[in-house]
Amino acid sequence: MSILVDEKTRLIVQGITGRDGSFHAQQMIEYGTNLVGGVTPGKGGQEIHGVPVFNSVVEAKEAVQANATVIYVPAKFAAGAIHEAADAGLELIICITEGIPVLDMVEAYHKCKEKGITLIGPNCPGLISPGKCKVGIMPAQIHKPGRVGVISRSGTLTYEIVYALTNLGIGQSTCIGIGGDPIVGSNFRDLLPKFEADSETDAIILVGEIGGDEEEKTAEYIAENIKKPVFAFIVGHAAPPGKTMGHAGAIISGSAGTASSKTEAFNAAGVPVAKTLDELAQMVKDKLG
Amino acid sequence: MKIHEYQAKGLFKDYNIPVSDGILAVTPDEAKAHMETLGGRCAIKAQVHTGGRGKAGGIKLASTPDEGQQLASEILGMSIKENIVKKVWVEKAADIAKEAYLAITMDRSSKQVVFICSAEGGVDIEEVADKTPEKILKFYTKSLDFPADQAKEVAGKLFDDESTADAVLDVMEKLFKLTVEKDTTLSEINPLVLTNQGQVIALDGKVNFDDNALPRHPDMLELRDMDEENPAEIEAKEKGLSFVQLDGNIGCMVNGAGLAMGTMDMITLFGGKPANFLDVGGSSNPEKVVNAFNLILANPDVKVILVNIFGGITRCDDIAKGILESYNRIDINVPIVVRLCGTNEKEGLALLEGTDLIAAETLSDGVKKAVEIAN
Repeated sequence: MSILVDEKTRLIVQGITGRDGSFHAQQMIEYGTNLVGGVTPGKGGQEIHGVPVFNSVVEAKEAVQANATVIYVPAKFAAGAIHEAADAGLELIICITEGIPVLDMVEAYHKCKEKGITLIGPNCPGLISPGKCKVGIMPAQIHKPGRVGVISRSGTLTYEIVYALTNLGIGQSTCIGIGGDPIVGSNFRDLLPKFEADSETDAIILVGEIGGDEEEKTAEYIAENIKKPVFAFIVGHAAPPGKTMGHAGAIISGSAGTASSKTEAFNAAGVPVAKTLDELAQMVKDKLG
Repeated sequence: MKIHEYQAKGLFKDYNIPVSDGILAVTPDEAKAHMETLGGRCAIKAQVHTGGRGKAGGIKLASTPDEGQQLASEILGMSIKENIVKKVWVEKAADIAKEAYLAITMDRSSKQVVFICSAEGGVDIEEVADKTPEKILKFYTKSLDFPADQAKEVAGKLFDDESTADAVLDVMEKLFKLTVEKDTTLSEINPLVLTNQGQVIALDGKVNFDDNALPRHPDMLELRDMDEENPAEIEAKEKGLSFVQLDGNIGCMVNGAGLAMGTMDMITLFGGKPANFLDVGGSSNPEKVVNAFNLILANPDVKVILVNIFGGITRCDDIAKGILESYNRIDINVPIVVRLCGTNEKEGLALLEGTDLIAAETLSDGVKKAVEIAN
């Protein structure tokens, strides 16, 4: 199974004629993702990498029955692109773009939520169900089909973890980068139940970082709701308070959001927290045998 | 982006939020002259981008212009949490009856805009929230229209006086308008005071802007005070790098914020101390690598540099080219440990063969080698 995306996903790329959109559309097609088209206003009727370009998401939905979209448009227009996809009624929206103003995201987030649409990102690497479907910018070759789900606030750190798992022979069902912004479409708690329900996922890895209290809330949620083994990794122990560490959401303010508070919360919920990436991969291997 | 109190009050004035009259001074003589202009008792307030100014002695009350001059001379030049005071705000003292707290910010958890209010103003609000959470009133909105009904319910409670409700409600509405129109991540009035004359005024103001939204507010960008920011961090931002100066001796160059934090953590775990956080970003431009080396090497404490790249969008051969280019253009006098993995890893490593660079197989191998050299 896997979650959210698989070989049946009918994906479009918003911003497919742009530099990033075009490059990654090709990469996704090469991986075997069922990419059925793209959208760039004013460029409808063209073809790129063998798929049709449409002027709007509505046109794309009607013409090629798209049910998911991945957004690569510049920050200035990205929230508008989310609104367009939500209004067109796509079921899944993945927004790669970074630098979207947070107030723009408040409105976009609530629209998606009210319509029952799953939004992943913004400012995220996307998601991949290895062997089935890749939606985003992650290097495909480090992944391996298998039975571990990964949810992470970071991009390259996720690659590092996946790489460590794959090197130990542990494959992944679906890996999701939820994004590094203060407001993201899906949090750990939105995605955990999907992995819990997925018959092809045996264990779940959460990769958190400083800032906010999502990890703390997630720890409580896991204690009550998740039966599958969960392992955690937290970064930002060495980060000073009051400084944004690259991700707009990664900032310690006051006593809240520190790496140690998150680690303690997971420990209290019975979720083992690894100190290093190698230790994390080994923990999962020991558990799954 | 942060701004000073006096700038926040300028914005409040633009939005018709009542404030006391004040004038900025950069010398004690100016402070004295401003007090003569304003008349009566005045507060002399240090203008730095940090909290806890009062506790640090950066806010004093002066009764006469001569006293104002004396206090300004004490405050100007003082250091508050490593920020040197270069300006003071001279403001007519208010005749305070009651102090309340009002802020509008983002609630990450519910993804809504939240109003935080308390009748316990003028103090450390985090402490109030921690010890007496029942004294904090909150209400939320997910639309960007002013939540008038909820605000009405709370307005009279701030000063425990219904006769002040309309004035408080007015401040709430205007502060919300400012928040939405200027894309602030925090608009805070602490304290919002009720004077003995029955006026409601913003006695202190703190406004932080959403960096992602600054491109659409060029007028706000002009409020930036470069003196309050680390020069290396400003330079990094201009060059598309994300950089934070730390106090260790192992320079770090990593792609991706999470991995950069992870690398710093691992250095600490292995007994070393990172000299900086540096995310070179997703681009493959070798020029960025040169800029990154320049930034790291500007810190004289750096004894070794650890380059940790996990190529996705970033291509390892481009990073390798950047490293070689840096050797040609900059005088690099510290050892460099390099770990390259992912996209075009082989091409990257081949380019670095035969150089003095110390190659590392894995992240932990790289960290161990860097820590050994640094210690």
